[in-house]
Amino acid sequence: MSASARPPDRDHPITRPTATVHLGVFFQGVNHHTVWSDPRSGSQTDFSSFRRLAETAERGLFDAFFLGEGLRLRETNGALHDLDVVGRPDAITQLSALAAVTSRIGLVATQNTTYNDPADLARRLASLDVLSGGRAAWNVVTTDNAWTGANFRRGGYLDHADRYVRAAEFVRAARAIWDSFADDAIATTTREPSWSRPGAITPVAFSGATVSTHVTPTVPRSPQGHPVIFQAGDSPAGRTFAAEHADVIFSSHGSDLDDALAFARDVRRRVAAAGRPRDDVKILPGTSFVLGDTEAEARELATWLVREQISGATALSILSHIWGEDLSQLDPDGPLPDHDPAPRELSRTRGTGAAQGDPAGLARRLRSHAEELGLSIREAVIATDRRPAFVGTPSSVADRLVRFVRTGAVDGFNVSPWLVPDGLDEVVDRLVPELQERAAYPTEYVGTTLREHLGLRSSRDVHGARDAIQRTVVGA
Amino acid sequence: MSSRPLVLAVDLDGSGAHPAAWRAGSDAPDAVLDPAVLRRRVLAAENGGFTLVTLDDALTTTQATVSSGAVAARLDGVVRAAFVSQLTTRVGLAPRVDPRGAEPFHLAAQLASLDIASLGRAGWVVGDADQPGLADAIDRVVPELPADRELEVADVVRTVRRLWDSWEDDAVIKDVATGRYVDRDRIHDVAVTTPTFAVAGASITPRPPQGHVVVIAPDTVLDPATADVSLVGGADVAEVVERAVAARGAGAPRVLADVEVLLDADTSCAARLAALDADAEWTPTDALRFVGSPFGLLLLAEQLAEAVDGIRLHPAVVGTDLPVLTRFVLPRLFATRIARAPRLAQTLRGALDLPRPENVFTQEEAA
Ligand SMILES: Cc1cc2nc3c(=O)[nH]c(=O)nc-3n(C[C@H](O)[C@H](O)[C@H](O)COP(=O)(O)O)c2cc1C
Repeated sequence: MSASARPPDRDHPITRPTATVHLGVFFQGVNHHTVWSDPRSGSQTDFSSFRRLAETAERGLFDAFFLGEGLRLRETNGALHDLDVVGRPDAITQLSALAAVTSRIGLVATQNTTYNDPADLARRLASLDVLSGGRAAWNVVTTDNAWTGANFRRGGYLDHADRYVRAAEFVRAARAIWDSFADDAIATTTREPSWSRPGAITPVAFSGATVSTHVTPTVPRSPQGHPVIFQAGDSPAGRTFAAEHADVIFSSHGSDLDDALAFARDVRRRVAAAGRPRDDVKILPGTSFVLGDTEAEARELATWLVREQISGATALSILSHIWGEDLSQLDPDGPLPDHDPAPRELSRTRGTGAAQGDPAGLARRLRSHAEELGLSIREAVIATDRRPAFVGTPSSVADRLVRFVRTGAVDGFNVSPWLVPDGLDEVVDRLVPELQERAAYPTEYVGTTLREHLGLRSSRDVHGARDAIQRTVVGA
Repeated sequence: MSSRPLVLAVDLDGSGAHPAAWRAGSDAPDAVLDPAVLRRRVLAAENGGFTLVTLDDALTTTQATVSSGAVAARLDGVVRAAFVSQLTTRVGLAPRVDPRGAEPFHLAAQLASLDIASLGRAGWVVGDADQPGLADAIDRVVPELPADRELEVADVVRTVRRLWDSWEDDAVIKDVATGRYVDRDRIHDVAVTTPTFAVAGASITPRPPQGHVVVIAPDTVLDPATADVSLVGGADVAEVVERAVAARGAGAPRVLADVEVLLDADTSCAARLAALDADAEWTPTDALRFVGSPFGLLLLAEQLAEAVDGIRLHPAVVGTDLPVLTRFVLPRLFATRIARAPRLAQTLRGALDLPRPENVFTQEEAA
């Protein structure tokens, strides 16, 4: 990479010399980066696989265990996509089970704001938060298309442009629901006149453009106040939403330092514009590690890995998606199709994970790679796919992670193991000690709640600050 | 008449069936939210030999929780059931969820996930409580007329069952040669349309270990023929028996009687009841109510065994009545073979002697 050729200190000054690396594990489930075909790979469905990963992560003092979500099975040109891992548990249910067999690690559920009701979702999240002793988080996503909506009572009712209007109202309603119990609402002895102090539970009446709820909530606050809010979504609207409402951004900007720094600058500007301290929102990009005893061994492993991840069939499926026609009969080791894809917008209708944007542009990128380097279909797709971000020895990867954090590009990473359920063992056994040697990683959990692990302000402070800002704005 | 010994279920929601229960035990008022208390109680029920623990619930406050003085907090039932799934090994776990407040798509995935995590011990108590304000809470029209409510419950149950079937048992093939993780011909769109909702695609969660999570529903809520287990109540034994016979006649695969119990403990049941009633009125419910000695409960169980497959007990005060049940009632019922405990590694269906359902899509294909 070009970054290593430059004098690093001038371009990437260390602005946070004592910052530590936060790690979470993202159990990917549906995606083509988990190598299910490897003999070392276990069940992608059994609870024991999830438990094993969560226990390993907790042994490695990870902040969080993270589950994604997709509310319709992905398709390629109308047929169910059959090449990748598919089928996963409901996130909150699974994390509730994991809460019983872990004691410190945070439990992050990806949940959609478009196809849920605040009264229900806020209650389920709060229940997980109370049962886990303050370890829950909600990764807010907003996928809104009618194809997904067809699985839900309201159908495809929401315009794409309104997805963050609803998300913001939803989160505000959820916060109102979470804060409805005063901290001293519940009687402390059985002799008091009633179970809850009269007036200590505030009925919530929230009415916005897309969210309306009138409810007397039933779940009190947890030791961390209420669930931590994550956000994943990269559009300008998504970033602004995160700046205004989230504690953590789950970004996709974590492989290239310049790109990560540009993203962090953009986010911090938005956070400041929202009236919050610039570092109030933690940035934790998704990433993956390939570790070897030597640099050469790690590179070799990475080369093997991407070929496992992009089989010939997967390359053709990605191509079929971009071209919008069935190209599965082509030879993946042969050349790209001669014709261009028909112009149209590649929608999100296959769910997440599929290539998005303009098919002509994606096709041009593939073609230019192929022509320049004489690549086959499969090789061209591999060349343009997301690669493992950190490849090297535990020591060199640790150095790079520390640089990412101490230049202020990120606060840490959400690691996706490419092998389930043992793919985190090396990270915990070999990479974490390297980070600890650099004084860039904790040696024990300092608190019991996710909010404490992440060094976030208490949920009350955050609300208090925001109320103060609103009052200032109104007063100005 | 039933030839099998009874199965025993217990509802462990909150502090007990009596609205003043939170005052009576030795637990602090916030024990209803304490994970350690939940764990302790469910383990006590499992070790005592219960086949099933149910967890009552409602999305919003119900009459019981808004009445002044009563417990006003409760954690989500599916969340609680999933939490205890890892702390238990034999007992079935059935949260109550009311169909009118649920997204069938989410509900199917939640319950399937509970079944996967518990290795086949999940049930679903289908409720349809009067929840004043439900429509306001979730901002949509919910069916209110009795006929519409009945239809809605039936439609949600049917849809959830179809979603469980949307993956055939062996849909995951991991065929390395062709690079296919699943066989797409074994995953089916559910394509359900009802007056109030539609669901298009397959579930995001594979078919649960039991095929279908055990569907448990009061005979007043769901046609007994479409439940796996019908719950019947009544003001007296005769009415319970009559309803059990009717449910069986209507095609109920299994029938359980709902019985609220308040037993002699350190103090007599009469004194306990008087103390509780002095604090809050125990209004009658649809369940049969038994206030008496453990021995009296044994006789009642014997009587009911003629008509039902099992009994679901609702302890008036969980902290007080559950220990009496597990110490003085269940051992006698097991010793006299009136009732039986589940065996190790049995699914809930196995413990109820229910067959594993055939998949509706494979049946359609075969037809
Ligand atoms: C790192 C990352 C992870 C994501 N994971 C999920 C997910 O698990 N489920 C989901 O529905 N969407 C997921 N998304 C997609 C975003 O939620 C989606 O882009 C968003 O809902 C639309 O927002 P946008 O238009 O701002 O991108 C993820 C996005 C990013 C960047």
